[in-house]
Amino acid sequence: MHVHPIVSSLRRHRTAALLIVLEIALTCAIVCNALFLIGERIDAVRRPSGIAERELLQIRLSGIGPQTDAGARTREDLAALRAVPGVVGATVTNQLPFYRFSSSNSGVSLTADQAQPTLHAARYHADETTIATLGIRLVAGRDFLPDEYMDVAEVEALDGSEGMRGATIVTASMAERLFPGEQAVGRTVYFGPIPLTIVGIAESLARPSPSDGEGTFSFLLPIRLHYNNGGTYLIRVSDPARRDAVLAAAVAALEAVDPDRLILAHSAYEAIRADYFRNDREMIGLLSTVSIVLLVVTAFGIVGLASFWVQQRTRQIGVRRALGATRAQILRHFQIENFLLTSTGIVLGMALAYALNQLMMGRYELPRLPLAYLPVCTVLLWALGQAAVLWPALRAAAISPAIATRAA
Amino acid sequence: MFGYYCNLAVRSFRRNRMLTALMVLAIALGIGASMTTLTVFHVLSGDPIPAKSDRLFHVQLDPEPMTGYTAGGEPSRNMTRFDSETLLHEARGKRQAFMSGGFVALEPEGASPYFTDARYTTGEFFPMFDAPLAFGRGWSAQDDADAARVAVISAETNQKVFGGGDSTGKTLRIDGNAFQVIGVLAPWRPTPRFWDLNLDGFEPLESVFVPFSAAMDAKLSRMGSMSCWGDSSGIDSNARNAPCAWLQYWVELDSPGDAAAYRDYLLAYSEQQRQAGRFVRPANVRLRDVRAHLDYARIVPGDVRLQVWLAFGFLLVCLVNTVGLLLAKSLRRASEIGVRRSLGASRKAIFAQFLVEAGTIGVAGGIAGLAVALCGLWAVRQAPSAYAELARLDPTMLLTTFVLSIVATLLAGLLPAWRATQVMPAIQLKSN
Repeated sequence: MHVHPIVSSLRRHRTAALLIVLEIALTCAIVCNALFLIGERIDAVRRPSGIAERELLQIRLSGIGPQTDAGARTREDLAALRAVPGVVGATVTNQLPFYRFSSSNSGVSLTADQAQPTLHAARYHADETTIATLGIRLVAGRDFLPDEYMDVAEVEALDGSEGMRGATIVTASMAERLFPGEQAVGRTVYFGPIPLTIVGIAESLARPSPSDGEGTFSFLLPIRLHYNNGGTYLIRVSDPARRDAVLAAAVAALEAVDPDRLILAHSAYEAIRADYFRNDREMIGLLSTVSIVLLVVTAFGIVGLASFWVQQRTRQIGVRRALGATRAQILRHFQIENFLLTSTGIVLGMALAYALNQLMMGRYELPRLPLAYLPVCTVLLWALGQAAVLWPALRAAAISPAIATRAA
Repeated sequence: MFGYYCNLAVRSFRRNRMLTALMVLAIALGIGASMTTLTVFHVLSGDPIPAKSDRLFHVQLDPEPMTGYTAGGEPSRNMTRFDSETLLHEARGKRQAFMSGGFVALEPEGASPYFTDARYTTGEFFPMFDAPLAFGRGWSAQDDADAARVAVISAETNQKVFGGGDSTGKTLRIDGNAFQVIGVLAPWRPTPRFWDLNLDGFEPLESVFVPFSAAMDAKLSRMGSMSCWGDSSGIDSNARNAPCAWLQYWVELDSPGDAAAYRDYLLAYSEQQRQAGRFVRPANVRLRDVRAHLDYARIVPGDVRLQVWLAFGFLLVCLVNTVGLLLAKSLRRASEIGVRRSLGASRKAIFAQFLVEAGTIGVAGGIAGLAVALCGLWAVRQAPSAYAELARLDPTMLLTTFVLSIVATLLAGLLPAWRATQVMPAIQLKSN
């Protein structure tokens, strides 16, 4: 099959051919970037938290007005929660990975007198059971020792930073940034003027809000919170399937301890996480829908123009058939024609896609479009073009040679 | 003539039902998507207080230490309590107020208590932001000075706690403290809630407003962003002299032209604080009016902007598609054009005829696009975001939909119409 006659026949329909090329190019640029954005969002939604997501429940509660002896009440609450059937652990902490409601981050330095901290990380407060309850995995060092824990009231009563005991557990990624290629356990870092000895390394623990910076820079301090000091209860269940029943029982248990408090929120951790990524999931849905509709519209455009061409060239096709061209050759003519147009459109579209990506990189702080998306888009559009042209091409192939002899 | 062209257009649509339906559908989808995203954008980027948005200014000073200083960098978005109280006291604007967000428990009589948003502010908040009062009044400077336990409540809170009506004089329990209701607001929803953009700007109005001094006195719990510097551990961060920025400061000036003088005043104040040793950085102030402050705070979510771009890209593809199909149609009708031309129709008339045909598709696409936009906005309203309920088509956007649709299709029709005029009547007649 020669390409030359196809090109010369296209020349006679320059405007229409140009329009198809333009449409393919625009579609290619938009779909390529949309696929890239979808990929980015999927990565975000799938980001691991480093905790036992499916088994965790959260309950936030608050007293009205100042609470007397909230520390003792918190211990009572935790004991009551641990007694609920199906509960294997209960703890109180200040924040959670992918948590919309609050995030607290602090600077961590390598020396005490640094003007700028070395990095910023999420600061988690842990009591004796936090690491086990959350399912945080230690990959080096040890858990906090019993005498390293302090009550938050004790910390608040301290005059300045004197007397602060200093142990911390950091995530592996944070340790690597602080001490690249070195053993971090046993080293000292500074939290403001307070020296902290790294006693353990956690495999991973995501920050409440990844937008605060590096997503897995987190450290834990052995400080026991109470419910009225920004602390929320976390419960780990033995059987995720019974989460809802356990949550209801846990809420009832807390109300039995003190009915004069308000439960602000209670939910499975997975719901908290789903809520955090809600917008990303919506964007994935929206971008996918737009991409699909765009491809469909483009396909119909090709069908429309190709059918028009077939109709216009009916007699010409009849003549070619009468002169010995097979049905397959006629079919192939339209397929190759479409392939040429699509390919031209794709080349143009790639350039456009990159221009669009540059624009978005500036405006929305997006990374560069990876090259891997180009072949994906190319194959997608080739397939689309071939599928769209098939019906008009088959109609062309079905034209009988007798048409040629019909009087004009 | 126009009627005749419309008639011809309808006849031509009947002949190519599939092709016409395709064009209308493509236009409808493109217009629908564009109008949905544009409406959301329009709602989110609106002016919350058009009557005086150019006379209300958000004030920023730079009280932080030299650590982390970069020349010309953005100062903290919030103010310290010391500076807020000093500027308010000096009262160099027409009106001024500072404020913080709060999160408090309200205890309705005979119902269970609930937590809700509050705002702790100073008395001129209400006249400054044109807060519409249904009953009673805001509080006075004297109430601020006395830390009076008074409150202004939203219409919704009035309904929920007191069952509606004039509730002034009644007692409202806030975080266990008794406050006297002195004012009830009329239904009001400034969008965005521009005075504190540290919080989600599209939340409805705060439920209850109390004097800042009274809130501090009663130790009501605070909500919003706070940043402290230096060795601030163990200090009450709400204290007057705490090195913490957490208050929003707004000033109303007589005219936009007074901004320069007020900025000079802020610079002089900064300099004076620097000499006193409180400030260490070179004077670095910001004075932005409402719209500039909204722009600076990037109030419209990035996703929404992205959606607008995406939708218009989609519309563009739909239009190119329509150009192609219209062209195919007009070329196919070469013989018809030939007949009309040889019967005396001018090129102008042919051009007009084809444009009318394109415009008709635009009208049909606009109507169908409106339906798509209404469905799209309905879908947006089902989402749980704070701005969801605001996504509604207003008359301006309705008109825009039709104008956009018709203009877009007329543009798309230009090329095919021009090509139609190029038909040589003689050749067409001969070949038939």
